[in-house]
Amino acid sequence: MGLMIAVVNVSIIDIVYRSQKPCLSWLLGWLSMSQIHTIGIVPLSLSPHLSPSLSLSALGLCGCRSLSSLAELPEMHQMMRQTSRDYADRELAPIAGKLDKEHLFPARQVRELGAMGVMAVEVPEALGGAGMDYLAYSLAVEEISRGCGSTGCVVSVNNSLYIGPILKFGTPEQKDQWITPFTNGEKVGCFALSEPDNGSDAGAASTLARQEGEEWVLNGTKAWISNCWDASATVVFATTDKSLKHKGISAFLVPMPHPGLSLGKKEDKLGIRATSTANLILEDCRIPLGNMLGPRGSGFKIAMQTLDGGRIGIASQALGIAQAALDCAVDYAHKRTAFGAPIGKLQAVQFKLADMAVAVESARLLTWKAAMLKDAKKTFTKEAAMAKLSASEAATFCGHQSIQVLGGMGYVTDMPAERHYRDARITEIYEGTSEIQRLVIAGQLLKEYVP
Amino acid sequence: MSRVLVGVKRVIDYAVKIRVKPDHSGVVTDGVKHSMNPFCEIAVEEAVKLKEKKFIKEVVAVSCGPTQVTETIRTALAMGCDRGIHVEVSGKDYEAMGPLQIAKIFAALAKKEEASLVILGKQAIDDDCNQTGQMTAALLDWPQGTFASEVTIDGEKVKVVREIDGGLETIKISMPAVLTADLRLNTPRYATLPNIMKAKKKKIANMKPADLGVDMVSRVEVLRVDEPPTRLAGVKVETVDDLVAKLKANGTI
Repeated sequence: MGLMIAVVNVSIIDIVYRSQKPCLSWLLGWLSMSQIHTIGIVPLSLSPHLSPSLSLSALGLCGCRSLSSLAELPEMHQMMRQTSRDYADRELAPIAGKLDKEHLFPARQVRELGAMGVMAVEVPEALGGAGMDYLAYSLAVEEISRGCGSTGCVVSVNNSLYIGPILKFGTPEQKDQWITPFTNGEKVGCFALSEPDNGSDAGAASTLARQEGEEWVLNGTKAWISNCWDASATVVFATTDKSLKHKGISAFLVPMPHPGLSLGKKEDKLGIRATSTANLILEDCRIPLGNMLGPRGSGFKIAMQTLDGGRIGIASQALGIAQAALDCAVDYAHKRTAFGAPIGKLQAVQFKLADMAVAVESARLLTWKAAMLKDAKKTFTKEAAMAKLSASEAATFCGHQSIQVLGGMGYVTDMPAERHYRDARITEIYEGTSEIQRLVIAGQLLKEYVP
Repeated sequence: MSRVLVGVKRVIDYAVKIRVKPDHSGVVTDGVKHSMNPFCEIAVEEAVKLKEKKFIKEVVAVSCGPTQVTETIRTALAMGCDRGIHVEVSGKDYEAMGPLQIAKIFAALAKKEEASLVILGKQAIDDDCNQTGQMTAALLDWPQGTFASEVTIDGEKVKVVREIDGGLETIKISMPAVLTADLRLNTPRYATLPNIMKAKKKKIANMKPADLGVDMVSRVEVLRVDEPPTRLAGVKVETVDDLVAKLKANGTI
């Protein structure tokens, strides 16, 4: 295998594939390459001189988009990003503190976002959605989360976790019934996989589903279900055949409210307090046979594939929170003076801001890449996990450092830094903990390297 | 039925900190974020609203400038305009372009497109001229409803509530007419994602001022651009008498 790296200008970045026998090691040394993966700057002028076939293969791996599109988004995506940013700046950022303090669900804003198409970005227009791609969705979630992390969570859960599996695995009737009413912000859905006894250990689902005549009867408890108190439907995972272990799990669609389905108390969370999180309790909850989503026994596969996409959503949410924390810190660095000058002049502060910016930008490019691979219908499991891992760690890092830059002001609710710190924390946990992401990435890598 | 022309101008975004070029010939525009003039957004919103209420049939968004202005036209299309017209002006002509040249272009287009209304923002936030609407009306010899805070179509006439120094003035003018939008006319909508998608398919026609018989020669020459003087610290006084004494002492009264 060869290697493809060269430098022309720092605004164009491409992902390059590494070689087991590094040639051009001087370049690599300059870019402090890791043995596994290198993010390099590709010279559009130089690459033809290196193995042209490799540059084509790298292009192919990036999907159908060209190299330059990572630096400069297509016009439609830029417009979409701008409109989401405008909305977040004008409608979400001013109320985010209040939503957080009073644990208020932003119902009106969710409806407005629904009218804009943000609650169903990937859903085809025929079903009531915006008919755009996953990259557009990632941009929307990032901008919305920059305004309000909780609202970003609501948007992400509805798009990726609720609509996502139904769009992929549902029958046309199921899509009409369970997607279309959830595209305009009037109704939101939720996703019930985790249980009190298993979060990361999703294969050990103990919620049971048995068939009784023309109905499924569900019994069990689901835990940590985001949006549940405000949701009108849920995708629930339950075991239909215990002997088959994780291959015996199936997915079901349950309307809310529904007899046999009750909600536990709202959790009092550290962050993203404008969303509700609670247990979902199923006690002889009866649903028609037609409410099974996908084939029997495919529940685990549905959950894992859904979470792959959901990871990009959460990575985008984390990016928004990280960016908001960074913006807050940079703004403060301009305004706060100490030792006779704005603190932005001090190297200690500058180094923090630089580290934060690099963390956010690199996570952003990983997220965009994962989204672009998904749009190109290529495998994106590893990239999605990398995106979620780097973005969530960037968010907690930026949240932490932002408070540090603000000093005492970072610790009080007058400034949003403390809210970003609290909102960021969950992104390393839900939809796959950072530890699970590492396992996923390692698993993919080891598969790629069958000697 | 009727057709409305809406002018949209691409200006430096309102949130950007403006910097004067080192040679004082203008402000720095390279690499600076640009967006649609806020008053133009309000104009677009009003036109789209009139279309939704079925008073007019077609809204055409027009912008004059180099290739970049097509982004602004597309935003107008995403807000609901039906098609766009890009009048290409670039280089020295673009830098020297002012209300008179734009007014001539709009007057020519209004006649060519047989528009019943031309709706513009009251002024642009970069030059604050507040002249284009008035000049366009004069060139066309059409009535004008400027500083509009409320527009109602009543048959062949338009009722316009204008914000003037003394308060609110209501006038009734016959169409065709020129209106300029003031701040409180409406709240512009956010472009929805489906509309952004649809905007991609809407047509933007391309033409040059010469095609409309307009000469772009400017009779105005910008000599120098400077930042406003830095605001000096104020002086606090204890009593009204002190204030009057100080004002007298420095010749203000």
